Amino acid sequence: MFKTIKQLTSFVAVVAVLFAFTTETMAAKKSKTLKNTQKKGFVRCGVSQGLPGFSNADASGNWTGIDVDVCRAVAAAVLGDANKVKFTPLSAKERFTALTSGEIDILSRNTTWTLSRDADIGLTFVGVNFYDGQGFMVRKSSGITSTSQFKDGISACTNIGTTTELNMRDFFNSKGISYEPVAFEKADEVVAAYDAGRCDTYTTDKSGLAAQRTKMSNPDEHIVLPETVSKEPLGPVVRQGDSVWEDIVRWSLNTMIEAEEYGITSANADSMKTSDNPAIKRLVGAEGELGAAFGLDNDWSLRIIKQVGNYGESYKRNIADTGILPDRGPNELWTKGGILYVPPAR
Amino acid sequence: MKFRILAYFFFLLGVTDLTIKIFYGNIFSRFTEDYYEIANPILVFTPVLFFSLGGVFLKESRVSMSLENFGTTRIKYYSPQFICLAVVVLIFLFFTFNAQINMENRGIDFGFDFLAQESSFDMQFSLMDYDGQDPYWWAYVVALLNTLLVAVLGIIFCTIIGVVVGVARLSPNFLIRNTAAWYVEFFRNIPLLLQIFFWYYAALRALPLPQDASPLFGVTYLTIKGYYMPAFIWNNLNVFMYSILAAIISIVFIRYYAIKLRDTQGKQIPVFYISLIILIILPLLTFLFGGVSLNFEIPVLKQLSATSFIYDGGIALPPELIALTLALSLYTATFVAECVRAGIQGIGKGQKEAASSLGLTANQVLKLVIMPQALRIIIPPTTNQYLNLTKNSSLAAAIAYPDLVLVFAGTALMQTGRAIEIVSITMLTYLSISLAIAALMNWYNKLIEIKEK
Repeated sequence: MFKTIKQLTSFVAVVAVLFAFTTETMAAKKSKTLKNTQKKGFVRCGVSQGLPGFSNADASGNWTGIDVDVCRAVAAAVLGDANKVKFTPLSAKERFTALTSGEIDILSRNTTWTLSRDADIGLTFVGVNFYDGQGFMVRKSSGITSTSQFKDGISACTNIGTTTELNMRDFFNSKGISYEPVAFEKADEVVAAYDAGRCDTYTTDKSGLAAQRTKMSNPDEHIVLPETVSKEPLGPVVRQGDSVWEDIVRWSLNTMIEAEEYGITSANADSMKTSDNPAIKRLVGAEGELGAAFGLDNDWSLRIIKQVGNYGESYKRNIADTGILPDRGPNELWTKGGILYVPPAR
Repeated sequence: MKFRILAYFFFLLGVTDLTIKIFYGNIFSRFTEDYYEIANPILVFTPVLFFSLGGVFLKESRVSMSLENFGTTRIKYYSPQFICLAVVVLIFLFFTFNAQINMENRGIDFGFDFLAQESSFDMQFSLMDYDGQDPYWWAYVVALLNTLLVAVLGIIFCTIIGVVVGVARLSPNFLIRNTAAWYVEFFRNIPLLLQIFFWYYAALRALPLPQDASPLFGVTYLTIKGYYMPAFIWNNLNVFMYSILAAIISIVFIRYYAIKLRDTQGKQIPVFYISLIILIILPLLTFLFGGVSLNFEIPVLKQLSATSFIYDGGIALPPELIALTLALSLYTATFVAECVRAGIQGIGKGQKEAASSLGLTANQVLKLVIMPQALRIIIPPTTNQYLNLTKNSSLAAAIAYPDLVLVFAGTALMQTGRAIEIVSITMLTYLSISLAIAALMNWYNKLIEIKEK
């Protein structure tokens, strides 16, 4: 068949190259991040350095919070166990570099979705798990009840590397008030400086203000002013370029929100398998083949609901019951007057 | 001739190889699955190989023109150098390509055009006018000036404290000697970051709120929100400056004349007092005849809300600057003090005794005999301490002092996401500052060196 050795070698070379191409396309279908996660056996998740209600570690090192629950949901979907998450606490400054450099695979750290972050620095925002807005905290004794009472020369403490720094400038400039920005690297340092009287006001996302207030030496001495000066949609972020992984994280979050919409909780999820509503049956894996699109089995969403719970359970457990923000405000389902509205899982 | 042709061939090959890899990426990487995890080191290696071979042949072509001379001795001579160069370049290129491929895969651009964009954040404290509408490069300049300010202040204060403490450690007085020793041992052995935290969070927190502050020196106020001082408002400041310049020039002449008088006639005139009188009288005269006048803008307490006050007008030094300067100078001064002590003790006892026996006073002994010699020992290690202080000033980020690291490598990095560009600019900046300080101190060291003919 082959006249010379030379012919044989070239044939082998061609076959080898073709084979290389086919394995590449097969592999591309399955997400690289997903493959690595399954190989490692845990989800690598970047969280805050301690923000009660969102991501906070207790004395024994257990992480809780609604941001933490997003990572746990992904772990339940991908690995079958919501506890298989490795949390990396990150400062606002470090977070994006940690994600783009591959140190973590999900950044779930009360991060505001903005155009420049989404388009410019190699990140992709997958959704919103908390609708927030920037606010101001002042001492009750100052007598200030509205931002309109701010005067020239006011000093404002905040974090560096956040949208807060930019919004603060927009706000004070539009009001024509001169101010002194005092920006720290860590949230704890901001709180310490404000608490000691270095600054007249402390500004960040309102949820953050409510959470940090619980950490202060005397929470009752401080109030959060009613005005909201910006839109801060907070949500999980993934690296750009792995669309399968992006979809997994997006639909893990959506599953939690949609489960609440259909009244599926961690307690009743199993019994919902026999429901008459096909939408519910799809969510608990009793109908359809939704997981296959991600390269996952069909129980992925059931595991999320059973192990982590739906969005409402997560909110109640982490934010409402801890007294941070008992009122859900915009973070209520669209069916109940809020703006939480996710595309259907079908 | 053959060698030269070979050399040019390899250079051309290397350039082509490098160009392809820079502009088109790693063309072979398409065949491997893991290409964006690790750039294949062998592929990165080839341009290095070509350049090195080209270099070897070029050198050979100059040494000899014949192939016969290419013997084992040359291989022994070239191979270690070649391996060393290859390893260095390989490591550098490996990381460059790796970063490039990773950034490409994640859709991150590389470039410095962001420096011209509007920065849109504000700074707490700056020496020059800065506003959020200014571009990033101006934010960089302003932040750099803040870093230089704290470095210069720190160097001045640490030198003053260091020299005083260093001399005090050799004092015959028991109390002075031991106080100085305790100071050195205490501040030298506590980590600097902790000291910065101490001054900022503990010491300055104990200061009163603006409304409770009692005046210091009559018109200045030291409060938790900063140190408020009156600002000087000058009329005809330029006339005043010229008078100071004239005073300095005349002092230089008087010193020159005094040295000449001493050398030729052996007469001593009190140069120091004469200089001091000129320096005071001449500028004072401008107030009387030059139309110079000075007003003070005194800080006035202003109420912001029921419990919040600030001082309006005058100059305000932020507490962050005060805490950082304090911590840096007190910490570095301990090392400078040790350098000074070592320098003085490094001069033989006989020098001091000989000078004393000539009838020089203790002050003269120190000023004319000991110090000129001791400086030669003191300067080189003190230079190191100055460099350390400058580099340590980057700890400012911990207490919100808007220095280069906090503003440029912090806020600007976050807002633009240009990590590689900004971190390399920042690193190069610190390198340049350090090298400049080292060059300056080396020049001074040369100046006071023993001049050997």
